[in-house]
Order: sequence, then structure tokens, then C-alpha cells
Amino acid sequence: MYSVWPCPLPDGGMGEEMVLGFDEAREKRILVIPPLFEEANRLRHQIVETMRKLHSRGVDCFLPDLPGWNESLAGFDNQSLAHWRVGIAAAVETFSTTAILAVRSGCWLVPEDSRGWLYAPPKPQQILRNMLRARILSAREAGREEITEELRKTGRERGVTLGGWPLGPELFAELETEDFAAPPGYSTVEQTVLGGTPLWLRAENDFDLAQATALASIVATSGPGA
Amino acid sequence: MIAETAQAEPTGPSRSDIDQTLRAILRDVLGLDQDQVDSFTGDTGLFGHLPELDSMAVAGLLTEMEDRLDIVIEDDDVDGEMLENFGGLLAFAEAKVIEG
Repeated sequence: MYSVWPCPLPDGGMGEEMVLGFDEAREKRILVIPPLFEEANRLRHQIVETMRKLHSRGVDCFLPDLPGWNESLAGFDNQSLAHWRVGIAAAVETFSTTAILAVRSGCWLVPEDSRGWLYAPPKPQQILRNMLRARILSAREAGREEITEELRKTGRERGVTLGGWPLGPELFAELETEDFAAPPGYSTVEQTVLGGTPLWLRAENDFDLAQATALASIVATSGPGA
Repeated sequence: MIAETAQAEPTGPSRSDIDQTLRAILRDVLGLDQDQVDSFTGDTGLFGHLPELDSMAVAGLLTEMEDRLDIVIEDDDVDGEMLENFGGLLAFAEAKVIEG
């Protein structure tokens, strides 16, 4: 279940991060990449339910923390998509996974030379816009007026904290400028295929066993990139 | 009872489409059943009445409206009045769709 794995750090060194895994040395081994930021919390329960379903269908699966994620002790403010991509590539090696299941913004991190499934990938700009908007609304509630363009400028120059996430300038720039397109070898799983309603929109965290079963079924029974 | 006829806009969703889309977004954000959101009236209170609608949830609601209704919502557009009740949000969305 829970153990640690050696994970590369932004400074070039190695650290230790937690991993949740169902490992019985079976043929199909899936690396699960969770969403970033707020959606990581909102979907954690659902992801773990999906992994339990995969496990019960004879599929090994691994959900590693990367620096700044979940239980990680590493600071968040010097992380970047580029660095997390290095971490994901290392996780593929460490766990000898055969395919990837990426969820929402986790899709931005998939290795181009691997295969797998992309569950409802958003655009980086859309996630950033949402975080900026949440900050402006919460400032307004507190009686302060903030302006998107000024927050963006600060973000580019020295980073900015949005929704409790201290985004460094590198990560901020990546969110502003990167586009996302599914690499070859990956199948996109849209919400309509799973039924139910999108859990990342829920104001209160929730999970849905029917959706977990549907997603696990796709991963367990089909080949990636089909 | 006379059924309301949808006023189709040549370039955008009809009024009843906007109404249905908004209900669907609120269903998804608030985790309600379709029956519950179908019973919303113009007076049904939103922000300030529903504790789960915090600023993060409102941000998600607005971003989802932009996506599903193909509109752009500026910071200055967002005020207490539009979020006060379902009728206010619907009127705002309709105005944005026409403007777009």
C-alpha cells in the first residue's frame, strides 16, 4: 500500500516521496497521475477508489507523490511542470509501469513516449484563469480589490499564491503559455463516457463508485491509445 | 398552463438552453439531483444562501459558464447582485450571450 520511492528534486538531487501502490507483480501496471492544485484534493478519494477497482480486476497501479504534492515535504514554490515531468519519467522507471492513467491537469505531465489514458484534460490557461478568479473573489469578500492583470504580472515576475498554492514564476509562466494536446499513444476519456457528473466541479468533495468502476473497466479491458 | 417557447437566437443558444445549461452547472457544482435544480425558481438564493458556494466554487461556476455558454466573464462583471439568486444569474448569462 503506502511506501516511499526515490524521486528527483529540482536541484538535481534525489529525495524521498510517498507512493500509494497495489503491487502484485502483475502484467498490467498503471502509473496514475493525479490532477494538480485544488483538484488534487477534490479527486483524491475518487482516484483511490478507481485504483481499488483496478486492483480487484488484476491490474497493478501506483500513485506517487512528486515534490510539492500531497504528503511531500518539498516546497511548492520552486516546482514546475518541467520538473514534474522529470519526476513522472522517473516513476515510470521505478515502478516499471506499462501504461499511464492521467487525470485532469495530470495529463499535462504524461511522457510522450509512453501510452495510456487521459481523463478529461483541461487547458493550462483555463485552470490558471479559474485560480486567479477565485483569488479575486475571495479578496473581494474580504473587502480588498485585486486586478487580474496585476496578479498575472506579479506571477510572471516573482510568483503568486493562488488558492493557497504558492506558484513560482516558472510554473506560472508554464500555465500561462503552454497548450495541451494529447500525444499519440494516448486515448482521451471524456466525462460523458463515464456517466455521472464531473467530480472536480463539486464544491464539497465527493466520490462516485459507478464512475470509478467505469474508468477502471476502460483501463483494465482496453489497450491504451486505441 | 402554456409552455414557454424557446426564442432561438441565430448566433447562440436559446433562452431555454441557457436556463438548462445553468441548472446543469449548478447541479454539478452543488452535487444536487436534477429534480432539485429543476425546482429552482428565480428567487432561489445562491451565494450567501448556500454555504458550499464559497469563492472557489463560485470561480468554478463562472469558468464553467464561460465554457458551456461560450461567453467571457470579466472581473468587473461579477457582483453580489448577479450571484444573489438563480434569476439574477440567469439574467446575467442571457445578457452575456446576447452581448457575445
